[in-house]
Amino acid sequence: MSGQYLVDIQEERLSFFTPAGEVKALNNVTLQMREGEVLGIVGESGSGKSVTAYSIMGLTAQNGKIVGGSVEFNGHKIHEMSEKELRKIRGNEVSIIFQDPMTSLNPVWTVGNQIAEAVSLHTDKKGRAAMARAKELLELVGINEPEKRLKQYPHELSGGMRQRVMIAIALACEPKLLIADEPTTALDVTIQAQILELMQELKQKLGMGIIMITHDLGVVASMCDYIAVMYAGEIVEYGTTDDIFYNPKHEYTKGLLRSIPKFHEHDYSKLVPIEGQPVDLLNPPKGCGFAPRCSNCMKLCLTHKPEKNQYEGVHYARCFMQQKEDFLKERGEA
Amino acid sequence: MPKYILKRAIMSLITAFLVATLTFFVMNMVPGGPFLSEKAVTPQAQAAMEAKYGLDKPLFQQYTTYMTGILKGDFGLSIKKRGRTVSQIIGTKFPVSAKVGGLALILAVCTGIPLGAVAAFNRGKFIDNLLVVLSTAGIAIPSFLSSTILIYIFTTKLKWLPSLGLKDAQSYIMPVVALALYPTFYMARLMRSSMLDVMGQDYMRTAKAKGVTTFKAIFKHALRNAILPVITYLGPLLAALMTGSFIIEKIFNIPGLGSEFVSSITSRDYPMIMGTTIFLAVFIIIMNLFVDIAYAIVDPRIKLK
Amino acid sequence: MEEIKNNPLSLQWSLEDFTPASVEDKESLVFMRESVSFWKDGLHRFRKNKIAMSALFIVFLITICCFLIPGVYPYKYEQQMKGSERLAPMQYSKTEQKQIDAGEKVFPHLLGTDQNGRDYMIRVLVGGRVSMTVGLVASVLILVIGSIFGAIAGYFGGLVDMIMMRIVDIIYTVPDVLIIILLAQTLKFPLEALASKPGFAWMQKLGSNMISMFIVFALLYWVGMARIVRSQIMVLKQSEYVTAAKALGAGSGRIIFKHLIVNCIGTLIVTTTLQIPSSIFTESFLSFLGLGVQAPMPSLGSLASAALNGFQTYPEKLFAPAFLIFIIILSFNLLGDGLRDAFDPKLKQQ
Repeated sequence: MSGQYLVDIQEERLSFFTPAGEVKALNNVTLQMREGEVLGIVGESGSGKSVTAYSIMGLTAQNGKIVGGSVEFNGHKIHEMSEKELRKIRGNEVSIIFQDPMTSLNPVWTVGNQIAEAVSLHTDKKGRAAMARAKELLELVGINEPEKRLKQYPHELSGGMRQRVMIAIALACEPKLLIADEPTTALDVTIQAQILELMQELKQKLGMGIIMITHDLGVVASMCDYIAVMYAGEIVEYGTTDDIFYNPKHEYTKGLLRSIPKFHEHDYSKLVPIEGQPVDLLNPPKGCGFAPRCSNCMKLCLTHKPEKNQYEGVHYARCFMQQKEDFLKERGEA
Repeated sequence: MPKYILKRAIMSLITAFLVATLTFFVMNMVPGGPFLSEKAVTPQAQAAMEAKYGLDKPLFQQYTTYMTGILKGDFGLSIKKRGRTVSQIIGTKFPVSAKVGGLALILAVCTGIPLGAVAAFNRGKFIDNLLVVLSTAGIAIPSFLSSTILIYIFTTKLKWLPSLGLKDAQSYIMPVVALALYPTFYMARLMRSSMLDVMGQDYMRTAKAKGVTTFKAIFKHALRNAILPVITYLGPLLAALMTGSFIIEKIFNIPGLGSEFVSSITSRDYPMIMGTTIFLAVFIIIMNLFVDIAYAIVDPRIKLK
Repeated sequence: MEEIKNNPLSLQWSLEDFTPASVEDKESLVFMRESVSFWKDGLHRFRKNKIAMSALFIVFLITICCFLIPGVYPYKYEQQMKGSERLAPMQYSKTEQKQIDAGEKVFPHLLGTDQNGRDYMIRVLVGGRVSMTVGLVASVLILVIGSIFGAIAGYFGGLVDMIMMRIVDIIYTVPDVLIIILLAQTLKFPLEALASKPGFAWMQKLGSNMISMFIVFALLYWVGMARIVRSQIMVLKQSEYVTAAKALGAGSGRIIFKHLIVNCIGTLIVTTTLQIPSSIFTESFLSFLGLGVQAPMPSLGSLASAALNGFQTYPEKLFAPAFLIFIIILSFNLLGDGLRDAFDPKLKQQ
């Protein structure tokens, strides 16, 4: 298996151990991704999308632990690696951009210093050479007057520019995988488009794989090859972007699609929000995690976990609606 | 940055001026004015005294005379110590206090900050809990208690250290430790919570994602940010050391400005009280200005304001 | 139905399984954590904090001891007993020994007596009462002045805010203890003059020092409180309920007191609690310097100060009041920390 995939997560279970008890953040997550692909992970906060992506670089909070399954990245068995070994990978083979560029940069160091640090950590370029590389990177991410920006502090830059700096830091060592954790959520709408455009451009130029974490289906539609929809620590639906957008199978995915505005439709009454609250992962439900909020919830949804239903190609979903359809069809035939 | 410093300097000037003015007028609420002791004297002697200290002049004129005097470093004559000016007394006593206070400051900064940082880094472990307990208790101990406990242990029981005066290096130990105790624990607490705050910041996660070592993450990314609130405490710390010295110098019988101030209070040597108050207030205000400037150097964000 | 059961695909399901689940069934699955109000939530967290609860208990205990016991204690704090000077703890004077020998019951001097033959235990208790009173009254003064000042500055903003906060900035840089000493020293005379007038006899009892101390607290110590309240109000005033109140025609005063201050009450409680030990600290400091309460009324600071000279011979005379100060300050600090952890929403997030 390994070698074939850049990211290969098998049956990963990850829990946070809190004073209130074990929070099962990920339940048997299986996810694969090849080099140069763009994968979108979609879900609401607490669905485990960030946790899944972070675990690829071994970044979990102190009380978080992989309790089962395996996580492989670029041939490394992440789940077995020590902090010291992980450090060699982080920022080098895999890097990340965070949601809020306002707080993700250290306020007391210059932009140049922070980019150069990432360069010198994993390459032979130190000191002035690292700074020269930092300047190149700023040019790469489309920041004008890079020479001047290098000497500036984060607070002197706008939000969009800071996110560009974050991208420059992430690209410092030309990683094979870039994880983007809601990279545009904290930005103005016009800046959002610019950042997405930049990421697309950089992907073309550098050919790295990207994992795009977002709750915004609009963001993934334009960029991603594949999409994984997560709910309550599980991947409930996975497929190509077309599969998800034109042939959604899971009730949650359908709900998500109903809740995004479409520009050609002027009837806003069709915007349907998903009612209710996400499940409490301290007490995960016995049945389908989405059942309490599902408008088509059936009795068995409350008591049984839906199995994977495989569709065309890679597309699969975990929803009993398929079983119902099959059942009715068979009965009708009978 | 120059604009910021200028702004702070002007503020300090205004504050110093206000403190001096307030001191003058408050002191004039004392019956007979600040320059006379309230002993019964003959009317002639009274008039002579008033003339000597300029008290026969209108209040506002007295005020301007006093203020111009201050600008020249002249705080008038001490009442209890005949023939000596307040400035002379401050000049001989202040260096003694400054030495003890300075040593205490160094001790507090050099132990408080590392202790707080170590505790934060070992959050929830034994060393952290120990430090939290110690520092919580430490900031609840009045200095007269801590210094007498020190004397009781090291002088009365163990007979290791002298308890009075400042004769040799040994005699500095107890007063400096007693004076530094409160600020040390206060700083440790401040540093700990500031460090914990910084360690939860997003940029620390960024550093980790870059592959920075723990050592470098702490020393390059966390410490400089965590130390900022501690720097702002340096101003109040100085004031605390100054006022702490009133008690410490009294207990350890140190001939500094603190004990001089206390005895001038009990003997009602008003010119001395006024002079010392204004001198110390201006000193603290100037030190606060330096702290503000230091802060601006460490925190690049200040330049914006 | 028979045929369907044989169908391997749907082997495990029946039609019943595919009927829509009722709303009740769905709801029974949701383990919603009980939604609780801010106060209930905070109180719950506070109760779980063992350290804070013990601190609260100790504060309560000390309050009872210092405020109630002196009323029933067989000795009075100003009562001087001839021949009973400088007794050690539990020691009896010669006259008292004779009384005991004669079969009378004599209440022991738990902490001995001072150089004037006054029972030391009652003096320490009354001293504790004085210190607590000073701390509480000062904190209330600070609370009232600081919150009103801060609320006005925060609510009106703009020029009003600018001017008010410059005043705060200036007071903040004034070395407070120096001014306290200065005022305590000089306010004495006008206050004594005032106290001798009819209707102000209560001031005589309180002592001019204590009143000047309160004046100083009221003048200088509120700035920290004002800053905290201001920043909270600035956030709160943008809430919708304030807009709603404005739309209904509520005046500024009403909005400030009914809507804004009420909503930062958690912060106010925490800040006030943490202010108490700091006021007690200052009081003991001033009393130690002889600027505190008027003799013969004791305060913990003045007791410690008086005991300093003879402490090599009578260490308990110093340690008793000093230890009580320590306990009072420590428990108020811990109580304040606990309240902050429980009620300050900003800390809750961390």
